[in-house]
Amino acid sequence: MSVPISARTIDLAGARRPARREWIVFARRLARRRTALFGLVVVTVVIVSALGASWLSAYDPIEQDIANRLRPPGSVDAAGRTHLLGTDHLGRDILARMIFGARPALMVGFAAVAISGVLGMGVGLISGYFGGRIDDVFMRLADIQLAFPFILLAIAVIGVLGPSLPVIIVVIGVSSWVVYARVVRGAVLSLREREFVQAAHALGSRDGRVLVRHILPNALTPWLVVATLDMARVIVIESALSFLGLGVQPPTPTWGGMLADGRVYISTAWWLATFPGLAILITVLGINLFGDGLRDTLDPRLKL
Amino acid sequence: MKIFLARRLAQSLLVLLGVSFIVFFILYLTGDPALVLLPPDSSEEDVQKFRQAMGFNDPFIVQYGRFLVGALHGNFGQSVRHGEPAFNLVVERMPATFELSGAALLVALCLAIPAGIVSAVRRNTVLDYISTVVALLGQSMPTFWLGIMLILVFSVQFNLLPSSGRGNLEHLILPAITLGLFTTARITRLTRSGMLEVLSQDYIRTARAKGVSGPPVVWKHALKNAAIPIVTIVGIELGTLLGGSVITETIFAWPGVGRLSVQAIYNRDYPVVQAAVFLLSSTFVLVNLVVDVLYTYLDPRIRLR
Repeated sequence: MSVPISARTIDLAGARRPARREWIVFARRLARRRTALFGLVVVTVVIVSALGASWLSAYDPIEQDIANRLRPPGSVDAAGRTHLLGTDHLGRDILARMIFGARPALMVGFAAVAISGVLGMGVGLISGYFGGRIDDVFMRLADIQLAFPFILLAIAVIGVLGPSLPVIIVVIGVSSWVVYARVVRGAVLSLREREFVQAAHALGSRDGRVLVRHILPNALTPWLVVATLDMARVIVIESALSFLGLGVQPPTPTWGGMLADGRVYISTAWWLATFPGLAILITVLGINLFGDGLRDTLDPRLKL
Repeated sequence: MKIFLARRLAQSLLVLLGVSFIVFFILYLTGDPALVLLPPDSSEEDVQKFRQAMGFNDPFIVQYGRFLVGALHGNFGQSVRHGEPAFNLVVERMPATFELSGAALLVALCLAIPAGIVSAVRRNTVLDYISTVVALLGQSMPTFWLGIMLILVFSVQFNLLPSSGRGNLEHLILPAITLGLFTTARITRLTRSGMLEVLSQDYIRTARAKGVSGPPVVWKHALKNAAIPIVTIVGIELGTLLGGSVITETIFAWPGVGRLSVQAIYNRDYPVVQAAVFLLSSTFVLVNLVVDVLYTYLDPRIRLR
């Protein structure tokens, strides 16, 4: 008489505890990299300021005060309020606009990465697992995608459809799946030959289940690293689009839009263009440092 | 080798076909071109006639076919704004874009390869830290901000270099640095990690044991092998440079394809947009084809794949 064996017969509760300890070990190892920790702190600060912008900022970011236009950093207005980073050409507080500018940057960042990440994960799983014709088709599509100078394609599509938050997110999201797909595909190619996958097949698991339950969790590590580093790229693209006037539209403050405004006053008021650029630089640097640390901790052999 | 070349060529053609489809599709998304091109007070009958005459009533695939045939002959239609063939407008500005991208690539290679080598050879010294930090900053810095800051310092404060236009070498310096910095950072990091990997190989130890010392080991034995990934990335980075030229050209008023296409988008001059995207993408595909062929000479193993 044969006893049916499935994953359920293994005591999963017992298996869970070591997994948790593994996570703590990972967190400790990550924390030991000072640069990664610095990156994490920077990213946290940016996220917190985006979420709590209304409480953190003493000023309304779109409130104009023409009497106090183009004031240098640290100047005090008639009401006795200090503008720490100065005011812009419409008398708006630069610090307040920088804090609120984190919102569109992160919103586009997270949403676009989610879209391209899910797309790329799907393509990578299917392409790597089934191989053959499907793989060929997807990889040719990837070549076509990579043949485009990305920014040019993005501005062409956004220029045609008109700039709005959903359009920007979808355009960036849909056109950034290739890196995810390639990395996941690479992981799947080696995973599908492993014993635990063959064991799952032998136990009668169908392809869909093997992919989702056994392969996907193991391909998640490189995917996460790609997603983190891609976030940095997306934020730069978002601000580049805003800079060209094809991003989230005014009066909503965006870092790129502030830079475009500041460019006009470059010879008289340096602070207009300098500070929003620093905000982008520090945010992107933080994400890059964190992503590098994540890669070195999780998968040092991953080449990105 | 012949089979490899033929396959690679077929692949490039396929990619170009895909590019043409997407370029066509972008215009298709704009909606009814008859409403854009005809005066607003045209009668319904006129609109219908115009559509019939221009072939806007034909099925999607027929319109695409016509576009493809036109594109192969360098015919993307007339520029709505300039009244010239869009193809000519773009081709006229290509040398400026190539000049800028080439200069940026030159800046990147001249800075990055020595920096990467020094970083690897003098690992964990001050020099290594400096180059690593600079590379990291370069990778995180938005191009347009760097451009504005360079203008602020070199044009506004010290009045050393011109901030806009194309002319002699002086005009080229700031835009080339701006456009090249990201690529410099990428290549520096790649050279460093490539050199570190190669320097730890057995054949380097053998060379050292034989008595080959210092610089010759680095230049003759290590760099030759570390150069392979660098050649690949140069091909890929050229795409980044051609795309990045859109922003750099806008900042420095550089009369290239990038600036032309941004203006064309603002003016809804779609034939020019199509021609620009198609021609820049084709250039990129061509460069990558050349790089891949070069690559097989550096690393014959590739051919066998």
